[in-house]
Amino acid sequence: MRYNDPSPLEVRVISQRFDLPDPASIDTYLANEGYVAIRKVLGMTPEAIIEELKTSSLRGRGGAGFPTGMKWSFVPRNTGKPTYIICNSDESEPGTCKDRLLMENDPHQLIEGMLIAGWTIKSNKGYIFIRGEYRYLIDIVDRAIAEAYERGYLGKNILGSGWDFDVYTHTGAGAYECGEESALLESLEGKRGVPRLKPPFPAVVGAFQSPTILNNCETFSSVPVIFRNGGAWYAELGTPKNGGTRLVCVSGHVNKPGVYELPMGFPIMRIIHEVCGGMRNGKKLKAVIPGGSSSPVLRADECDIPYDFDSLAKAKTMAGSGGIVVLDEDTDIVAVALRTMKFYAHESCGWCIPCREGTTWLKKILTRFHEGGGLPSDIDLIGELAGNMLGRTFCALGDAAAMPTGGFITKFRGEFEEYLNRQSAPEPAAPELVSIA
Amino acid sequence: MTFSPELEARFTKLLASYPPGRTRSAVVPMLLYAQDEVGAVTQEVVEEVARRCSVTPLQVDEVIGYYSMLHRKPLGKYHVQVCTNIACQALGGEQLFEHACRALRLGNKEVSSDGLISLEEVECIGACSWAPAIQINYDFHHFVTPERFDQLISALRDGSYGRKAS
Repeated sequence: MRYNDPSPLEVRVISQRFDLPDPASIDTYLANEGYVAIRKVLGMTPEAIIEELKTSSLRGRGGAGFPTGMKWSFVPRNTGKPTYIICNSDESEPGTCKDRLLMENDPHQLIEGMLIAGWTIKSNKGYIFIRGEYRYLIDIVDRAIAEAYERGYLGKNILGSGWDFDVYTHTGAGAYECGEESALLESLEGKRGVPRLKPPFPAVVGAFQSPTILNNCETFSSVPVIFRNGGAWYAELGTPKNGGTRLVCVSGHVNKPGVYELPMGFPIMRIIHEVCGGMRNGKKLKAVIPGGSSSPVLRADECDIPYDFDSLAKAKTMAGSGGIVVLDEDTDIVAVALRTMKFYAHESCGWCIPCREGTTWLKKILTRFHEGGGLPSDIDLIGELAGNMLGRTFCALGDAAAMPTGGFITKFRGEFEEYLNRQSAPEPAAPELVSIA
Repeated sequence: MTFSPELEARFTKLLASYPPGRTRSAVVPMLLYAQDEVGAVTQEVVEEVARRCSVTPLQVDEVIGYYSMLHRKPLGKYHVQVCTNIACQALGGEQLFEHACRALRLGNKEVSSDGLISLEEVECIGACSWAPAIQINYDFHHFVTPERFDQLISALRDGSYGRKAS
């Protein structure tokens, strides 16, 4: 089911089955163009498949926005090793809640996307890594997998092609870091989810030390429609180099927060005012966190831009995972910066020092600041610490913590200075108590 | 150590789902599924999972501290998880957590003396567009006001809590 009403401005491509009765069942899928793409793809060469994907200009929906066709082309063939297809459904970037809907309402679309990837590199095994908190989705996806086996879309000799493909679910157990692709692969091997040194990238040395296609759940879910309607058709939906549609997850101070499927390049201000019914209680817009909590904040006056990877990169932030957090004039930016850092400090895997120490110290300084004990020199210290983490960590978590912090300090310096001038400190937060872990 | 027939079936399937010689992959899922049935990752569970996955108990031990959903001590029968991350924070998630502390007379990660309810302030649970959100065990509850929270807690206490997510 969906948890918010759809908007008439949506372009429903990968969410087209969400409102059908029994949307997750294979019968619904088959009655609505399901498993049409894989039949087409089974007659195509890997080169032709990758070319079509490149034409579609589909880019990774997990955060980095890497061109999917190119990613698939990096997988070496004929190494003699088995190959794997891994779906990253470890959705945990704050602000993001779209993969949940894709698995809940259209698990067969995801399976078909993985099948297409599997055929491309002649892989025989795929895993869907689902965050532990999404237990009900594991049941839904397992049921869909079982249906696909019954109807011959998974298992031996798929549709008479002579090719075998199995798909399994694998649960995480609570770790944001496992959304990082190499940490996810460690976790899949039963270890602590710490990142691997790259290169080699997962395309070459991935799951079980073998060549691997690893994509986000929404990325795989976008693949079948590309082969049904053509890469050029898909590309046309979006803007140049930013093909198709994506599920944007709007949260915060708007009248109608929700997950909406919009064409790439849809203007942010129209998302807020037309798709989401404007600001709550008639308040003014203060800021937008455009792509999950790791993306640097945009001030209200910077938000008049299209929502796609390149436009946001030009604005020195990122479209990331598609989580748009809208903040109104009453928002305490220092409190948001602190909550963000508490998260990264909690989730840092501790493997490398700039991230482990940096997030911890930033949390301490921001806490002191928020409680009213900040020093004038703290503002620059926060910026400097964050700057020293950037680019110096094993994986992107360090950057993910540093980038938004730098953004808050530069864009809302005045609010930090105002804190220094306050006479009374705010009420202390809820008590921190013992860990039972 | 034996588990329910359903869980045994799940474990058999799980161990068969990884490539040959890769049973270590089953460690984290097995720990979480076992914890759901046993109530905690006890030493007995550690040793059993190690045996079934053909790894040393130390290799099981070392992952437990890493994953925030794995616990060595039992949680409440109902584990109430309140998200306070930025999307929920914007719509009162932190106030909801403070309300929860007061209403339940529990601090973060504490269990009520009768073992019925435990409380935890959690990181983003993937319900940002429907904030503020909580999870009770694995059930999601969206748009949770303090009043709605109190109703849910009353239902936990009087046994009328259904397993229906809202």
